[in-house]
Amino acid sequence: MNAQTLPGAAGNGASPDAEPILAVENLSASYGAVRALDNVSLAVPAQGLCAVLGANGAGKTTLLRTLTGLHRASSGRVLLEGEDITRLPTEKVITRGLAHVPEGGGVIVELTVEENLRLGGLWRSDRRSSTTFDEVMDLFPPLVERRTKTASTLSGGERQMLAIGRALMGRPRVLLLDEPSLGLAPLVTKQIFTLLRDLRDRIGLTVVLVEQNAAGALSVTEHGYVLNQGSVAAEGPSDGLLADDRTRHAYLGF
Amino acid sequence: MNYFITLTLNGLASGAAYAALALSLVIIYQATRLVNFAQPALALLSVYTAYTVTQLTGSYWLGFAAALTTGLLVGAFVERVIVRPIARTSQLNAIIVTLGLLLVVQGAVGMIWGNEQHGFRYAFSYVGRFSPADVFSLVAVGVVALLLFGLYRFTPLGLRMRAAAFHPEAARLSGVKVGLMLTAGWGIASLIGALAGMLAGPPFISPNVFDVVFVFGITAAVVGGLDNPFGAVIGGLLIGLGMSYVSGFVGPELATLTALAIVVIVLSVRPDGILSRPTARKV
Ligand SMILES: Nc1ncnc2c1ncn2[C@@H]1O[C@H](COP(=O)(O)OP(=O)(O)OP(=O)(O)O)[C@@H](O)[C@H]1O
Ligand SMILES: [Mg+2]
Repeated sequence: MNAQTLPGAAGNGASPDAEPILAVENLSASYGAVRALDNVSLAVPAQGLCAVLGANGAGKTTLLRTLTGLHRASSGRVLLEGEDITRLPTEKVITRGLAHVPEGGGVIVELTVEENLRLGGLWRSDRRSSTTFDEVMDLFPPLVERRTKTASTLSGGERQMLAIGRALMGRPRVLLLDEPSLGLAPLVTKQIFTLLRDLRDRIGLTVVLVEQNAAGALSVTEHGYVLNQGSVAAEGPSDGLLADDRTRHAYLGF
Repeated sequence: MNYFITLTLNGLASGAAYAALALSLVIIYQATRLVNFAQPALALLSVYTAYTVTQLTGSYWLGFAAALTTGLLVGAFVERVIVRPIARTSQLNAIIVTLGLLLVVQGAVGMIWGNEQHGFRYAFSYVGRFSPADVFSLVAVGVVALLLFGLYRFTPLGLRMRAAAFHPEAARLSGVKVGLMLTAGWGIASLIGALAGMLAGPPFISPNVFDVVFVFGITAAVVGGLDNPFGAVIGGLLIGLGMSYVSGFVGPELATLTALAIVVIVLSVRPDGILSRPTARKV
């Protein structure tokens, strides 16, 4: 990955898909003196499924938080559909079509299931908002019967569904997910991964999937990045990373 | 029996003002985990504004409207310009600043309007054992509580405000302008505080007129659980009732102690307040 393949090169007759829908250029971020992201660059093609892997503390969460403006970038740029969103406040970033399901889901347990979902679509003032609600409900049958219950009554898997559903309510172009498999049974994890793939196929969603579960994430995505101590240590097609023993042993631990 | 009913109605009427003040504290506490000690000062500014407007125009209701508007605007201003920049450094500093603001505003009101008492009229006649003014207090606070409930529960703005209060980051990730919601919350809270002032102020106002009322208001908020609007209303009415019964049956000199007794009793049985749901907060 280098800067030459990023926007700028896209103008000369290449197909529109050649320009990544989400481009991260030399992004760095710190917590005080601790540098958590160091010159990270990524390019995620439209309707791509992309995994971001790495050990605890590698910087995965910091990366997603910096992308949506929850954490300040100290240098570098984030481009969404070619537009610089690096310094936008989070609530503006969301309205540009970048959704973020944070670590743990960020479901609001004091609100009902329905309120959580509606919240995700409030900023859209268009009339389609109620169609979206029904569509999202259709995706997650377990949520339908719990519609009027507070989210505190949901299981871990149902919370993750609700979190994803809330993000989808804003009809995003790109969905960032931070360890959706955390604490879930393998079967539920598999369902969620399958859902992500379906969403891409059906509504053309682009997905960036941060995972500790490297094997699972690589088997569902097309491209993967491996972070190590805040830098990209390896990247490539997911099946390649899966087959590459050196990367697997060094960074992915399986 | 008649006497008991009278005491009950009077208790509810004075409790209504405590309930309104408690409500104004709880709205802000819920959103920012901060006890707004400046609330009586904002009510003071609102009530003195009403006083002046009524003097100039001769209309009580213009004054009333001016009080609520002042509460709304000054509350929003205080959050945006004074509290927010300081809360960024530390929550404790912000609380202390609200306390300081109380003293500053009381001093300023004394300088502008004088420290002596001014006569301040009731909305309606206060004669009778359950006077029109008493009825107005209860109805006004009841209506405000219902409107507030409707706002929070059924409107998009209310949903945004609750989301911002419970989980600012998740709210932001849902496109909510969390800062704006805080400002709105302070405005609404201070509007309700101004209403409390309009009810508790008469027959005389002075820069310290709300000191005692504020103590009862904060007591009511604590009794209700500090982050539960319903609890605040019930707490306010409970304290109004308790004080009315004790001063009617035992003696007025014990009325203030009653408020303290209610706090001690309620908190020893339910440490998190009458209606609190301690488990929901843990997550
Ligand atoms: N709020 C914070 N304050 C200070 N340092 C932090 C903070 N959050 C993260 N860090 C540090 O930044 C680095 C990257 O953390 P980050 O949470 O991004 O890792 P991660 O890859 O998401 O890890 P995990 O897989 O455990 O979630 C770590 O060294 C961590 O200790
Ligand atoms: Mg993480």
